[in-house]
Amino acid sequence: MGRKEMVAMLLAGGEGKRLGVLTKDLAKPAVYFGGKYRIIDFTLSNCAHSGIDTVGVLTQYQPLELNRYLGIGTPWGLDRRDGGMAILPPFVKQKGGVWYKGTANAIYQNMGFIERYDPEYVLIISGDHIYKMDYDLMLQHHKRSRADVTIAGIQVDWKEASRFGVMHVDDEDRITAFEEKPKNPTSNIASMGVYIFTWKALQKYLIYDEGNRNSTHDFGKDLIPAMMRDGLRLHSYPFKGYWKDVGTIESLWEANMDLLDDSSPLNLHDPSWRIYSVSPNRPAQFVSETAELSSSIVTEGCMLQGKIDSSVLFYGVTAERGSIIKESVVMPNVVIGAGAQIYRAIIGEGAVIQAGVVIGDPDDDAITVVAVEQYVTSDHDLLEVEQP
Amino acid sequence: MKHNVLGVINLIHESDELEALTQGRCLATVPFGARYRLIDFVLSSMVGSGISKVAVFAHTKYRSLMDHLGSGKHWDLQHRQSGLFILPPATDNIQEISRGDLYHFYQHRDYFNRSNLDYVVITRSHMVCNIDFEKVLAFHVEKGADITVVCKQHDEELAGKARKVKMDEDGRITAIQDHYGRMLSDVSSMEMYIMRKDLLMELVETSLAQGQDHLVRHAIFSRLDALNVYAYMYEGYLGVVNTLASYYANNKRLLDPDVWRQLFYQPGPIFTKGKDEPPARYCEGSSVTNSLIANGCRIEGTVINSVIFRGVHVERGAVVKDSIVMQNGHIGSGSSIQYGILDKDVVIESNRDIRGAESLPFLAAKRKVI
Repeated sequence: MGRKEMVAMLLAGGEGKRLGVLTKDLAKPAVYFGGKYRIIDFTLSNCAHSGIDTVGVLTQYQPLELNRYLGIGTPWGLDRRDGGMAILPPFVKQKGGVWYKGTANAIYQNMGFIERYDPEYVLIISGDHIYKMDYDLMLQHHKRSRADVTIAGIQVDWKEASRFGVMHVDDEDRITAFEEKPKNPTSNIASMGVYIFTWKALQKYLIYDEGNRNSTHDFGKDLIPAMMRDGLRLHSYPFKGYWKDVGTIESLWEANMDLLDDSSPLNLHDPSWRIYSVSPNRPAQFVSETAELSSSIVTEGCMLQGKIDSSVLFYGVTAERGSIIKESVVMPNVVIGAGAQIYRAIIGEGAVIQAGVVIGDPDDDAITVVAVEQYVTSDHDLLEVEQP
Repeated sequence: MKHNVLGVINLIHESDELEALTQGRCLATVPFGARYRLIDFVLSSMVGSGISKVAVFAHTKYRSLMDHLGSGKHWDLQHRQSGLFILPPATDNIQEISRGDLYHFYQHRDYFNRSNLDYVVITRSHMVCNIDFEKVLAFHVEKGADITVVCKQHDEELAGKARKVKMDEDGRITAIQDHYGRMLSDVSSMEMYIMRKDLLMELVETSLAQGQDHLVRHAIFSRLDALNVYAYMYEGYLGVVNTLASYYANNKRLLDPDVWRQLFYQPGPIFTKGKDEPPARYCEGSSVTNSLIANGCRIEGTVINSVIFRGVHVERGAVVKDSIVMQNGHIGSGSSIQYGILDKDVVIESNRDIRGAESLPFLAAKRKVI
């Protein structure tokens, strides 16, 4: 087995509780995003473009759909003879097995995988975020600063800062303080959940953390603070660009709407940084004589006869005559019946909205969610989420 | 059927009158239907019918063919028990290259002999259809035919050129004509033949021994009396694409939701090489009616009755009407084009006015800047 300079460990076991019905049978990284992608495509494509060819994907919650989607990693160029993609679910050992108890514990349980490649560095990422990032630049930064850990940081709105782990840094990007989800944040540099560890340091702390009975075995809550306490070199890598945690219905909807902005820094059309995904292989979209499209992105396989404004349509969507879709995210193979109206909604994969049904309210900010394969004959029984 | 039919897509001397569209590529890889190449239709049909070994008898200008087909993985043909074989002419004598297809079949006889499959289906690449060959084989066996020819009955004249076929009441073929024949018949051959592999090898060897080297004209035409040659009538959508006029007309025929649903989904999906293009973007102020739009497009202007391939950019104020714009085309702001066929990477600068006629579309060759 060849040595690898850096191995990536991608945390993809998240349940995504706050996405409600969208993650009932689906791990959060497998949730659809942006017309033809799933959330995890962004981190996997980042790996591909950063020259990382060994990726362990840690799965736990509802892995069926995710595993089927990832396959052997072909769409992301990770079907390699040496390295490549490995799916790493929790497993039974001689003394019994346990579920992954936290992010750090998940890596601890797979130290054997990492050791096979004898890497110098380990990249820890998660499949919950939408961003384009060259991890190789971050690695150069890590090497230059001779850090034990480098944490990618992004400046966020002050009012958002309490949702993240925040960092104080000095002039040389060295982290002087780290707080996980502080009530009153004193810095607005948020951790993006992207870490590069020098493997020897990580290994030591994973073992140490595992033996600590008071630990919740989480990178942000336990491991990083422990390293801070012990005076290790923790650096921040300042990231500029689009980054979004799509953990809630609102943020998922917002991030989709962000794509409609022509000047969005998350340019999906950049030929040098394609986002790879499993191709649905559908015919080109049919825009009929009765269709009206404006400020929207639409994927192949759609049959459009209605009016579509400021929306994201995934593959295979049928919008029949007289239907209106506005400010909505419509996931694959949804059928919107004739004359149906959809305002500010997320429609789950395979749902059918019967003719004439109205979902959402054009004058209301609330986001309505229709579950996967739900058959909607009236606007009852739908989940509504108030805008914050 | 699953393991008993060998596929052959025969590109040798495939007649093509597509002018600049086939200047640098073979007919099989002419882009069609907003994201496909012509060969995708018959190749996907074979795969959908359970055929897992397919040979493509390449002839000339096959760089784009090799590039498009690759290992065959997009058609699920790269497995241990399946395979795609691209077989270019196997001769070092330049004059031999122009000999008929039977000569090339003979040169590649190992492909046939090594296989333990009993049947072979031989097709061309320019028949745009979606066909279940399992049904053709069942018909072939039921009729006790030596050769079964897939045919299509059509009320209107076909846009492309095809051989006319006549048959008796039982469906046995009594006459086949060349492409330019004037025989009165509303049945045309789709140039797809099923027969036992050993019969094919016998026809190859006996014909060549008699100095004949054309599969259809020599091996089949001249033996209509001796062999039981039956016509299987295909019911689905058919587009014969071998002239520029038929290329244009058949692309335009896709602008019908029923044709779209049938050709691309029934009985199975049509596969092509994936491109990882993002979804198409319709900007504010764009207007699109009755058109096919592929992924990766950016539409700021107006598109009417057109077929737009992947990655095309229609700028603000541009109007594309009754046209076919292939991959990565660029229509500058304020320009308008009607009845045009733009090959890949054509750039139309701002404020140009380009007009062809429905019967004679304006054709821009690959990478042309106007």
